[in-house]
Amino acid sequence: MSDTTHTGPVLAADGTPLKRSLARALRMQKIRALMLIAPLLLFVLLTFILPIADMLFRSVENKIVSDTLPKTVVALNDWDANSGQTPDEAIFAALAADLQVAAAEKTHTRVGSRLNYENPGISSLFRKAGRKVKRWNLETDGPFKEQFVQIDEDWADPEVWRTIQTYSGAYTNGYFLNAADFQKGADGAEMRPETERIYGTLFLRTLIMSLAITVSCIVLGYPVAWILANLPSRSANLLMILVLLPFWTSLLVRTSAWKVMLQQQGVINDTLVWLGLVADDARLVMINNQFGTIVAMTHILLPFMILPMYSVMQTINPTYLRAAKSLGATNWTAFWRVYFPQSVPGIGAGSILVFILSIGYYITPELVGGTKGVFISNRIAFHISQSLNWGLAAALGTILLVVVLALYWAYDKIVGIDNVKLG
Amino acid sequence: MKLTKMTALAATTALCAPMAMAADMANEMTIVSWGGAYQESQLKAYVEPYQEMHPDLKVIWDESSAEATAKMRAMTEAGNVTWDLVDVVASDAMRMCDEGLAAELDHDAVLAAAPDGTPASEDFGDLIVSDCFVPQIVYSTTFGYRMDKVGDTPPSSICDIFDTAKYPGKRSLQKRPIDNVEWALYCDGVAKEDIYDVLGTDEGVTRALAKLDSIKDQVVWWTAGAETPQLLADGEVVMGSTFNGRLFSAIAEQNQPIDMLWDMQSFDLDGWIVPAALPEDRKARVMDFLKFATDTQRLADQAAFISYGPARASSAPLVGKHAILGINMAPHMPTDPANAGNVHVYDYEWWADNRDDLDAKFQAWLAK
Repeated sequence: MSDTTHTGPVLAADGTPLKRSLARALRMQKIRALMLIAPLLLFVLLTFILPIADMLFRSVENKIVSDTLPKTVVALNDWDANSGQTPDEAIFAALAADLQVAAAEKTHTRVGSRLNYENPGISSLFRKAGRKVKRWNLETDGPFKEQFVQIDEDWADPEVWRTIQTYSGAYTNGYFLNAADFQKGADGAEMRPETERIYGTLFLRTLIMSLAITVSCIVLGYPVAWILANLPSRSANLLMILVLLPFWTSLLVRTSAWKVMLQQQGVINDTLVWLGLVADDARLVMINNQFGTIVAMTHILLPFMILPMYSVMQTINPTYLRAAKSLGATNWTAFWRVYFPQSVPGIGAGSILVFILSIGYYITPELVGGTKGVFISNRIAFHISQSLNWGLAAALGTILLVVVLALYWAYDKIVGIDNVKLG
Repeated sequence: MKLTKMTALAATTALCAPMAMAADMANEMTIVSWGGAYQESQLKAYVEPYQEMHPDLKVIWDESSAEATAKMRAMTEAGNVTWDLVDVVASDAMRMCDEGLAAELDHDAVLAAAPDGTPASEDFGDLIVSDCFVPQIVYSTTFGYRMDKVGDTPPSSICDIFDTAKYPGKRSLQKRPIDNVEWALYCDGVAKEDIYDVLGTDEGVTRALAKLDSIKDQVVWWTAGAETPQLLADGEVVMGSTFNGRLFSAIAEQNQPIDMLWDMQSFDLDGWIVPAALPEDRKARVMDFLKFATDTQRLADQAAFISYGPARASSAPLVGKHAILGINMAPHMPTDPANAGNVHVYDYEWWADNRDDLDAKFQAWLAK
């Protein structure tokens, strides 16, 4: 029969090969699905991924020097920074030409503050020179070297010129070095003086305190989640409201409440003094330090631990426990060998949530942390809104992001991310 | 016929001119300030009166002056400046002017002259610290103390801050080096005029931090101006620095057992800047408002709501009583001769150049 002897492709009703027809139908389906999620994709891309990428890019971007001082950067190429000599007239003339343009566009102070991060004092050199250079005639007023030195004798300092030369590239690792307590010395990176090292301490403190907060959340949250999961649903719902109520309360209200509770003239100290446990002149210091931060943040993040634990524990079948006991296990063995391993995915999910949230927290530590209880994120916020050193803030942010990703990777290797369950 | 046509045309032009001007002004204006009692005083003293004259005008308040420089920079980079008038401290105004974020102004042309005809630039005098800056008030960072916790001899000198033997208890200080290192050096025996020379050396910074070290474990560091009055009211600290208006509000309006220590109060200025590159209609509106809001009477009116000294010389004699409490405001002003015996005027230029350096050292010292 002709059907069986036919060796060509199987055809659909409209005559096209079935394979192609099928592929087209599938492709249509995929496009339709993609179109449904396209708004979300676009939204996430535009409002989340791109701004973050743009911000992180600032940690290496350094175009401002070569954009603002193009002629000077070119002229400085041939200058030997290690000669200890002040550059010659040609370089000063190039600087005068660059500064005249920059002062008109008001960008000279920005390049000044950029270089000031690396060599304090340069900012004022650019500021002072910018005011004068505006009025110079580049054709006739030369030579400029003496005039610059007259404005400020620091222009004769080779160190200033070395800084300009070192940071003339379009990209820099200067911010990252700074974020790791290093600076660019005459020969490569060197540690900052001890009085200026701060970021290593802060990163370490952030990690240790986030870990402490996570552990105290586990310790406090586990029994609560267990009771919630094992009570009859009526009383469990009531208890659940008690867990959720603080969760719905404003973060600032809860933080301020802790201030009222923990301060030296606060509720807890007053009670302790009234009970005679603490002398009136030796009240406990519980706030504006690490203790205050850990207490307040544990309270704020506790629901993030209890909720995943609770939803996992609800799925654990109580007959397993009874079976273990009927086979002769003690209460402890039954819990530790049978119940606990099944609740680990809930602990894992809660710990990841709490740890990652706390590592980036800054408002609560700012309010109750004093000086010893603040996180690296407080420093990032400071550089974004106060000191305006966005490059350094971006470098610190990048490091924080990498640390979180590395920890996540380590967690996946050790515990396995498949073991994390939200219910 | 020709003549009547001309007259009619002239009449129409004359009639339409103010209307055309009004049409050129935007009817919406975003003002950025500090919130709290200070913003309230601005609202009462000149925004509400101005809105009465221009009922169509809608004023939107933003309370982000503390982060104004960062936000202005971000808005300018994004090419979308939504603010029309920004209230900032002098050092921020200088910074924004240098970076081209704020518009340069001809003070005599855009501001009202004093009632006796003195041009604005003379009336404001030295307080115009930058070409972009229109000063509004003189305020100071100074100390308040709990009257009931200092015994019979209340502190009278700034150096009592460092005397924990005479005045035991915690102190609150602002979490930044500015003012604190100057006070520390002054109390370590450095003459007032030499403070910045000493601070310019590494040894000077070490010396200042060493002085602060002597009270470090007794210090609560604040970042928001409302913290010190609260800490004083709670009895958490014996004395603390903050803006004098906040202390006035705690003392006079809330009757807290607090008194002022004016010695070595640190003078600072606060005022307006106008963002550079505003569209014409918005700029016209802002300039019109600015002229009204900084005239002699308006600045004096503001002092009826908050204890900050008006920046105009001609406003000072007009400062009267508190609008609600009815108390005489003059003795509460930082500029009052009784309070301004020994003042500290901090060096903006010095701090602009050395802030990053000093801050790194200060923060590292704090973290230790």
